[in-house]
Amino acid sequence: MEHITLLLGIVIVTALVFDFTNGFHDTANAMATTISTGALKPKTAVAMSAVLNLVGAFMSVEVAKTISKGLVNEEGIQPEVIYAALVGAILWNLLTWLVGLPSSSSHALMGGLVGAAVASAGIGAVNGSVVVTKVLIPAVAAPIVAGVASMLAARVTYKLGARVDDKTSAKGYKAGQIASAGLVSLAHGTNDAQKTMGIITLALVAGGALAPGSNPPVWVIVSAGLAIALGTYLGGWRIIRTMGKGLTDLQPQQGFAAQTSAASVILASSTLGFSLSTTHACSGAVMGAGLGRKGGVVRWSTATRMFVAWGLTLPAAALVGAGAEYVMRTGTVGIAAVTVFLVGSCLAIWLISRRQVVDHHNVNETGADEAPGVVTTAMAAVTVPPAGTTAAVADEHLKATIPAPAHTPGETPAAAAPAV
Amino acid sequence: MKIDWAALGTVFGVSLSATVALVTLFVLGIVGLSKHEAATSRGGTATLARSGAYACFAVCAAAVAYGIYLIVA
Repeated sequence: MEHITLLLGIVIVTALVFDFTNGFHDTANAMATTISTGALKPKTAVAMSAVLNLVGAFMSVEVAKTISKGLVNEEGIQPEVIYAALVGAILWNLLTWLVGLPSSSSHALMGGLVGAAVASAGIGAVNGSVVVTKVLIPAVAAPIVAGVASMLAARVTYKLGARVDDKTSAKGYKAGQIASAGLVSLAHGTNDAQKTMGIITLALVAGGALAPGSNPPVWVIVSAGLAIALGTYLGGWRIIRTMGKGLTDLQPQQGFAAQTSAASVILASSTLGFSLSTTHACSGAVMGAGLGRKGGVVRWSTATRMFVAWGLTLPAAALVGAGAEYVMRTGTVGIAAVTVFLVGSCLAIWLISRRQVVDHHNVNETGADEAPGVVTTAMAAVTVPPAGTTAAVADEHLKATIPAPAHTPGETPAAAAPAV
Repeated sequence: MKIDWAALGTVFGVSLSATVALVTLFVLGIVGLSKHEAATSRGGTATLARSGAYACFAVCAAAVAYGIYLIVA
């Protein structure tokens, strides 16, 4: 019992950490265009998004169990499996943040769950057709739907608003962008904070601390809401830069078109029952807006890297999840090893990120001269199929980030240590 | 494997029409305001343009309110 309680505690903390990474990973979805077009100051934008995320977390009473429902068999799911899934999801979120690419936190979490479930109960534990209908098709459809809508909307703004004086239009588009960005933030808080609440509740049920079918306790709702809001406020500036400046150059009209399209797609899909990823919808909307202006360009090299990251999200998180589950089968030692590995990797990624700090001061500067090096090496190394064990997976992931320029001797041991 | 093409198609259609309709309304509102401001700077008034603009913005605000309703419900 003692052992289960400790493990449960670790799982809950890890779930909150995932919630936090989810927050700062997805700030870009709501606020990237608002920041890059100058509608809001960077700090104001993330603060507003954080508050709306927090409000959103409390607004809906419906528990989002979508993450686990149907994808893996819920029966007999162990806290270890959830923990392994979270480890995979957190590492993928941090790695994509480091290289500044938007990717779906939900897909990372699903990938981790799939991997951990397969390692724990065999391939039969995963419902393959659900993976296709809930993950693959939405991943392809979301950017297309949002992109087409946003492209047409951007065309409309340029056609109809051609002879509007600058002052009125600047004020108007600013208000429009803030309203639609607020809707996206609110929807994000309701959706994604709920997912973490669902995960924690699932872990509590799996560990025997809650009766099956219970609603999430109040402390779970409060802590999940706070974790996602804090993550949002700290802001994933690297991803914001990619989405706001890296994919295309946005004018206020385009920013407004993109944000409105993203908000419509997210609300329509969640209401009509064909769930589409927020990240994919927002990225697609930004690209569509880029194409909607005459002479507008989309930087397809950045877009391609993003698509590659989307494709890798599920398998990469699944591999780490499976590896973690495999190691944890050795018992307490394995759980300790995975925990050390997770903390070490997070620390290593954070240390590497300090070499080129991106924050609210330089979020709107394009880092064309520095970004490709890190991104290209990292993506290239990640694409190499990692070997089966956690240690090898860890190695591949860390190698991906170590060959960055400016080799500091002090950081290499820190990065290599957890892989042992 | 069952892919719900109908749901996907509906999402596509609804998102597309909602986006384009809202953006069109909003831009028309901005155009109206701009006309009004141009008229006042010349000393005249453009009441029709101004009321039209406010009507457009009101519909947009209603859409945002409906969006919040959808999130909460």
